[in-house]
Amino acid sequence: MKIPLLVFNDKGIYCQAADVYLDPWKPVKKAIISHGHADHSRWGHQQYITHYSNVAIIKHRLGDITVAGKEWNEAFTINGVKFSLHPAGHIIGSSQIRVEYKGEVWVFTGDYKTEDDGLAVPYEVVKCHTFITECTFGLPAFKWVPQEQVFNDINTWWQQNRDDGKTSVLFGYSLGKAQRILKHLDTSIGQIYTHGAVENMTEVIRSIADLPPTHKITRDTKKEEIKGNIVIAPPSAHGSTWIKKMVPYVTASASGWMTFRGARRRRAIDKGFVLSDHCDWQGLLNSIKATGAEKIICTHGYTDIFSRFLAEQGYDAKTEQTQYEEENAEEVSKEKEENG
Amino acid sequence: MKQFAELIRTLDSTNKTTLKVEALAHYLKTASDKDKVWTIAILSHRRPPRPVNTTLMRNWASEFSKIPLWLFEESYHIVGDLAETIALVIPPSEEISEKSLYQFLQEIIELKPRSEEEKKEYLKENWFSLNYYERFVFTKLITGSFRIGVSQKLMTRALSKATDIDEDILAYKLMGNWDPATTTFNDLILEEKPEDFLSKPYPFYLAYAIEDKPESLGSVKEWAAEHKWDGIRSQVIIRNSELFVWSRGEELVTDKYPEFEKFIDIIPDGTVIDGEILPFPENEIGTFKDLQTRIGRKNITKKLLEKTPVILKAYDVLEWKGEDIREKPYRERRNILEKLYAEVASEKIPLHLSKTISFENWEEATKERERSREVKSEGLMLKRWDSPYLVGRKKGDWWKWKVDPLTIDAVLTYAMRGHGRRSNLFTDYTFGLWDESKEELVTFAKAYSGLTDAEFRKVDAWIKRNTLERYGPVRSVTPHHVFEIAFEGIAESKRHKSGVATRFPRILRWRQDKKIEDANTLEDLKALIPK
Repeated sequence: MKIPLLVFNDKGIYCQAADVYLDPWKPVKKAIISHGHADHSRWGHQQYITHYSNVAIIKHRLGDITVAGKEWNEAFTINGVKFSLHPAGHIIGSSQIRVEYKGEVWVFTGDYKTEDDGLAVPYEVVKCHTFITECTFGLPAFKWVPQEQVFNDINTWWQQNRDDGKTSVLFGYSLGKAQRILKHLDTSIGQIYTHGAVENMTEVIRSIADLPPTHKITRDTKKEEIKGNIVIAPPSAHGSTWIKKMVPYVTASASGWMTFRGARRRRAIDKGFVLSDHCDWQGLLNSIKATGAEKIICTHGYTDIFSRFLAEQGYDAKTEQTQYEEENAEEVSKEKEENG
Repeated sequence: MKQFAELIRTLDSTNKTTLKVEALAHYLKTASDKDKVWTIAILSHRRPPRPVNTTLMRNWASEFSKIPLWLFEESYHIVGDLAETIALVIPPSEEISEKSLYQFLQEIIELKPRSEEEKKEYLKENWFSLNYYERFVFTKLITGSFRIGVSQKLMTRALSKATDIDEDILAYKLMGNWDPATTTFNDLILEEKPEDFLSKPYPFYLAYAIEDKPESLGSVKEWAAEHKWDGIRSQVIIRNSELFVWSRGEELVTDKYPEFEKFIDIIPDGTVIDGEILPFPENEIGTFKDLQTRIGRKNITKKLLEKTPVILKAYDVLEWKGEDIREKPYRERRNILEKLYAEVASEKIPLHLSKTISFENWEEATKERERSREVKSEGLMLKRWDSPYLVGRKKGDWWKWKVDPLTIDAVLTYAMRGHGRRSNLFTDYTFGLWDESKEELVTFAKAYSGLTDAEFRKVDAWIKRNTLERYGPVRSVTPHHVFEIAFEGIAESKRHKSGVATRFPRILRWRQDKKIEDANTLEDLKALIPK
């Protein structure tokens, strides 16, 4: 039997013909990296290949690594296998990885979303035969509203809290979500303060994108100075002693999981904004259709459910186990890293 | 409906009691009287009977949202709430409905006798003319109660804020049998009518668990002690030659306990007794399991009455000779109760007295508490001799002092996604104990509570990586983690594979220091069954 172009082994997604891994979860010689989140770009590889705009991000996270940056659509060949990176729209610097060998094309999405968030280069459809897709939100319960509406709600919430004499504390991952929020805050309402983890990552991203000014909260920051303003912090800051400085404050979280009433209550957060950097149900289905692929491999998320539905729609769909984490688990591991 | 949906959203989106009271009080000041009555009814779990069964609703929701039924069911498992799932999968609507809450409820009541086709049409029309949140609220009105952290107490507080009527009076007014479809706000809340009070119970006084050593309560002489019985807390009312039995959930359960009818001729009119309904098979206090055979039944057959009769273990009198005596000190109320008991004891009615025990010192009390399981109680109750009968859960005069739970170390074997606020985590666990050969784990209990949110997240992440097999929503996992399971009671059971039933099992702690070989055996568990 012919060996598939990409196989899933204990280290990651492996291309034997090129001897290269895509987003491996164990140390390997050569790794092509889709984006900077911790579960996709891990420590210990000898060589990293990723999009130019992701280089600074993973260097910030992983330290002194050997990394080569590529342009969008720039083809590079390893052992006769042609690779190229294409915008995934997930976060700034995030790519889909296209692999072509002997006329057969595979695309690995990493994480992706179809909506243009005004910061990441928007998702592009890449035609292929086999499409390896995430399906973090692969359930019909997930339907995103346009981000314009969500940011309207966020800014209204901030203004209301300010009128009530309270500080707004908004939780979002320090890489990706935090900058997306920053980009769309209405700075006429007040000042933007940041948690250290958010500030450091934002500083890195300022070299690639234009973002409003922020003030890092330090030991010397006065309580009175923060009052009525907005604070962007990673989810791990919730319930920590750090947050006491913001009293009186109101908390909110911006995540796709906020679709569920239970998710907000479980985290004991005052308000939930449904804002995700992944595709919703319809986004996944539309993308899959647009690629023209017949074979679909579902990686992380509601994989069993989603692939069963695809199979019923006539696709050759299956599930592969990976160590990429669902958005909520991701949050926990990223928090650890930020705390450490 | 818009206003009611907004109220529910506000109540649901804060964990702070003061904000909830404020939102509810504001609503109760501004909504129409008809909507107010329904809001009070709904928040105190008085919904109209369900007009459509949930199977039909699931079928129709899947049809209208154009997804296969299995996919709807999977989504429901993950979302954890039927109304929420339906609201999420139905496509967004363009229309706006201006109907009031009252109109919706009127329609829901009228829907019940209609044909299936009419019901389907009705749901379709409304699901497609409400926005997401209103659709959720509307569906919730049909399927079940809102669990949004609004207790009876919180509601009476808000109502008191809105009407300037005393909270205790409101608590009293809201109890009992009233029909929101025929009651006006004026009747229910504003106007006082003595004849309404015939069936009305008093709000129960509830005890807190003792936190400290009992010595912190001062001298033992100030306290009346009695055993804490494991039955159904109830009020038995005899007024105008009529009997009313209320359970603590404010449910009128008179019909379920026909043995108490004998009270009418023997206990004088104008008497309200606070006590515990206990099963009494073979002239002995039974287990809570015995009582469950009575609770669930609609028809109480003669056979059942013979097999599992009940008694009322009386511990307090709240009304005597038609007079509310809750303000009298407990000592005086006990005197009345004991005198009443002495007079009727020869009549062979199922009325027992919960005996008061006096102690010289706290050591004696502690010893008595340790005897609790022998006398089939859960521990001791401590009531201050000079205390009045208060409303609701109040600290200070009444304490429950339960025996420590029984515990055993068991292995996590299966996991299921939780419901409601835990719908995205595996939080419902099944635990096993070793069989004799120590080769096989036998399931003995399920538990859903006892870990912190952070621990649940850790265990959840571990489960996702260590799943052996999936059976629908259930996953079997590699036996690896040991948990200390606590439970209140234990009895033999033919219905359980392990041969043992435990009462209120929950996780006491995660024993990360223990290996699965260190977990207990089924024999260890059986040794705990009282002989």
